[in-house]
Amino acid sequence: MTNLLEVSGLHAAYGETKVLHGINFAVRQGGVTALLGANGAGKTTTLRAICALVRTQGTINLGGKRIDAMATEDIVRLGVAHVPEGRGTFMELTVEENMRLGAYTRPPREATADFKPMFDYFPRLKERFRQQAGTLSGGEQQMLAIARALLLRPRLLLLDEPSFGLAPLIVQEIFRILARIRRDAGVSVLLVEQNAALALDFAEDAYVLETGRIVMAGSSAAISQDEGIRRSYLGY
Amino acid sequence: MLSGMLHQIMSGIATGGIYASVALALVMIYQATHHVNFAQGEMATFSTYIALTFINAGFPYWVAFTLAVVISFGIGVAIERILMRPLANAPVLASVGVFVGLLLVINSLSGWFFDYTIKRFPTPFPDHPMLGGYLSGHELGSTAVTLVVLILVYLFFRHTRLGLAMRGAAFNPTSARLAGVRVGWMLALGWGLAAAIGAVAGCMVAPIVFLDPNMMSGILLYAFAGALLGGIDNPLGAVLGGFAVGVIENLGGAYVVGTELKLTMALVIIVAVLTIKPTGLMGRRVYSRV
Repeated sequence: MTNLLEVSGLHAAYGETKVLHGINFAVRQGGVTALLGANGAGKTTTLRAICALVRTQGTINLGGKRIDAMATEDIVRLGVAHVPEGRGTFMELTVEENMRLGAYTRPPREATADFKPMFDYFPRLKERFRQQAGTLSGGEQQMLAIARALLLRPRLLLLDEPSFGLAPLIVQEIFRILARIRRDAGVSVLLVEQNAALALDFAEDAYVLETGRIVMAGSSAAISQDEGIRRSYLGY
Repeated sequence: MLSGMLHQIMSGIATGGIYASVALALVMIYQATHHVNFAQGEMATFSTYIALTFINAGFPYWVAFTLAVVISFGIGVAIERILMRPLANAPVLASVGVFVGLLLVINSLSGWFFDYTIKRFPTPFPDHPMLGGYLSGHELGSTAVTLVVLILVYLFFRHTRLGLAMRGAAFNPTSARLAGVRVGWMLALGWGLAAAIGAVAGCMVAPIVFLDPNMMSGILLYAFAGALLGGIDNPLGAVLGGFAVGVIENLGGAYVVGTELKLTMALVIIVAVLTIKPTGLMGRRVYSRV
């Protein structure tokens, strides 16, 4: 299988603070890759680096095209959808307007037709369609964030802690839907998760980050069976 | 007595429309940048001079008016791109400094290009009383123009893709970027629209107050009072606030403080709102659950 995303020698910094120290990883076409590691390991920064939301060095290839010198808006237009940390909801806008913005890069008529599958995945969004998005619960906002990302028709979906702050039942529901979306849309996914067990279950490949360096790479199965890694980095 | 009061209220609504337009322009920039554009008034004055230049050159009124609005839009976009863009991450005081500088620069440019003498500005509306003598033709016409502008702006932001993108960019720039919205251009468009709205307000008020480089300074104060009264982050509130200030100003001037102290009332409103209800009467309360 070919790689959709290839990252090599990636450095990233916030001002003077270096967060990533030359990491290499890949996401396979149609595959799910998980980035694991403790708080502050640089997982979120890695996702932000792909979308040019942070200053970087190194090369990032998307489907054979270098994107590391491009602006966020242009990277997005190549089909990279980012569900950010904290969900990035447009609180002041309605659910409908949030979804329209999600589909902003696509012809309006096509976008409206795409609302229907989103309602199939997330019936809650249909019920709350006209409501101000700030009034949604955390789980609903996560659903909205995923729907917004999918409405872009992405090739690569970047998911930053979809389980964050949600009750276990909601998390299960969201991951069940994510699995369905993967099957239907054939989208490649780069997943960042604190909950390593959940992520390894969902992904085929995984990388373990520690303070800005990759300390382990391999198939999810191999990593979840490695006692040492599990105990020292994944904490379960 | 009653008919006199009605007359004051109606003509308050007419001037209130001007304040409402300028208040809306202030709010548009405030929502995107979280700063009040002190130069909004001077920009509108400059636009009015542009219109007058075209009128004096022999263009029909509405052609001159339209040209002034379009050129003002371009100037607004240019100001954002050239002056404001480099300041996107500057500290607050630097931005305030630039706004004040812009005010002085545009004011001086108006005086330099068009000189400081007070000029008459024509009205395209009939010059006789209307609505049973309650409003002059100009008051009625300018109120209609302002209402049309406000409604168009509302429809643009509510019902167009571009308007939605501009709102998204103002509320949450990062998320907008991640949706593929070109946030930088949305800000520039916002400046352009604000300048265009200001141009309309300037052309509508100039026949009443006459045109000179300081024409809008008092009006900006009323507009600011209106924006604060309604809520500086709420376009609808700011517009209603602008109308309310127009009526309050007129009634107060006629029955309470007299015409000399009218501007003081704007200051009183500003101070009162800031101390009693800083978010304004319709200030946006964003519901957020985490």
